[in-house]
Amino acid sequence: MKGTEAFEEIIPLLTDEAVIHANGYICRESFNIKDREGNFYMIGSMGLASSIGLGVAISRPDQKTVIIDGDGNVLMSMGTLAMIAAAAPKNLLHIVIDNEAYESTGSQRSLSNSVALEKVAQSAGYLQTKKVTSKDQIKYAFQELMGKDGPSFLLIKVEPSFDKSTGRVRHTPEEITTRFMKSLNPTKD
Amino acid sequence: MLSSKVFSELLSSKGFNFYTGVPCSLLSGLIRIIDDDPETPYFPAVREDAAVGLCAGAYLAGKLPVLLMQNSGLGYCLNAFTSLNLIYKIPVLVVMSWRGEDGSDAPEHIIMGEINQKLLQTSSMEYSVLSSDNYEASLNTALQKIKEGLPYTLLVGKGHFNEGH
Repeated sequence: MKGTEAFEEIIPLLTDEAVIHANGYICRESFNIKDREGNFYMIGSMGLASSIGLGVAISRPDQKTVIIDGDGNVLMSMGTLAMIAAAAPKNLLHIVIDNEAYESTGSQRSLSNSVALEKVAQSAGYLQTKKVTSKDQIKYAFQELMGKDGPSFLLIKVEPSFDKSTGRVRHTPEEITTRFMKSLNPTKD
Repeated sequence: MLSSKVFSELLSSKGFNFYTGVPCSLLSGLIRIIDDDPETPYFPAVREDAAVGLCAGAYLAGKLPVLLMQNSGLGYCLNAFTSLNLIYKIPVLVVMSWRGEDGSDAPEHIIMGEINQKLLQTSSMEYSVLSSDNYEASLNTALQKIKEGLPYTLLVGKGHFNEGH
């Protein structure tokens, strides 16, 4: 399955979750398929989508929280997997789109061809971990994990496929902050 | 000397309600008091930049976060401060211990002790050097900056807080 196909499967499954996106093509793919106020697009600070998602999840236990991460981000901040496992938020699903490459900078190889990230997450102490390799497994895996207590980890193995003409996120960083916070607390000005 | 207990109570009274960090001996008393009190949840972080991310998420979800760390972690945080906090207007209060303040600390602290203020200034990260005379005023300045969406650092030298070990 191509990376884009994974996004086309996941995005329609989202409802009212807070969704933290890792930098690079993950932000861009998701933004261009469907922009949502509850999407936090992390355009810089590589490696921190997981800790931002953890901060949201533990601060708002009533709010389902999804991190859409990449293999390069997870490898950069592997220690955050331990923080997530230790804090153990039930409301957190950590999805990793694993193309085994730094695709937005020219597809340099990462290390996830030889390091099984779902096993790292399992060893760290995530309650649920799953690896899928085909498009038709995604919906079931997503729904199964969303129906169980987390923290959960869903590794989606994909082939690099990013189309460089895919546009960047068009909101300013400040706008992303404002709309995301509003989506978490819609009654507050 | 400033009491860690007084300072932690002051943080709570100002509305700070989420704590994380990577320990420093200079902050050991403060961290122990915060971690022991269920009213002030403390989440140990593996590295200072992960703590910046955690605080950012907490802020987005309505908390007022505090990051406790040693100045040795400042380098790890610079990308997070410049490409997350400053451009997204995501504030955080950083309580940063100042190892190597007078140049007489252990060798690993000397260079960072000399340059940490310059690094903060270069990065447009506003800060105060905390003392027992100015801590309330500094915290009020910090709160003002936080309301404006800016991160703010309180640099704390050796001996300002009573240590807890």
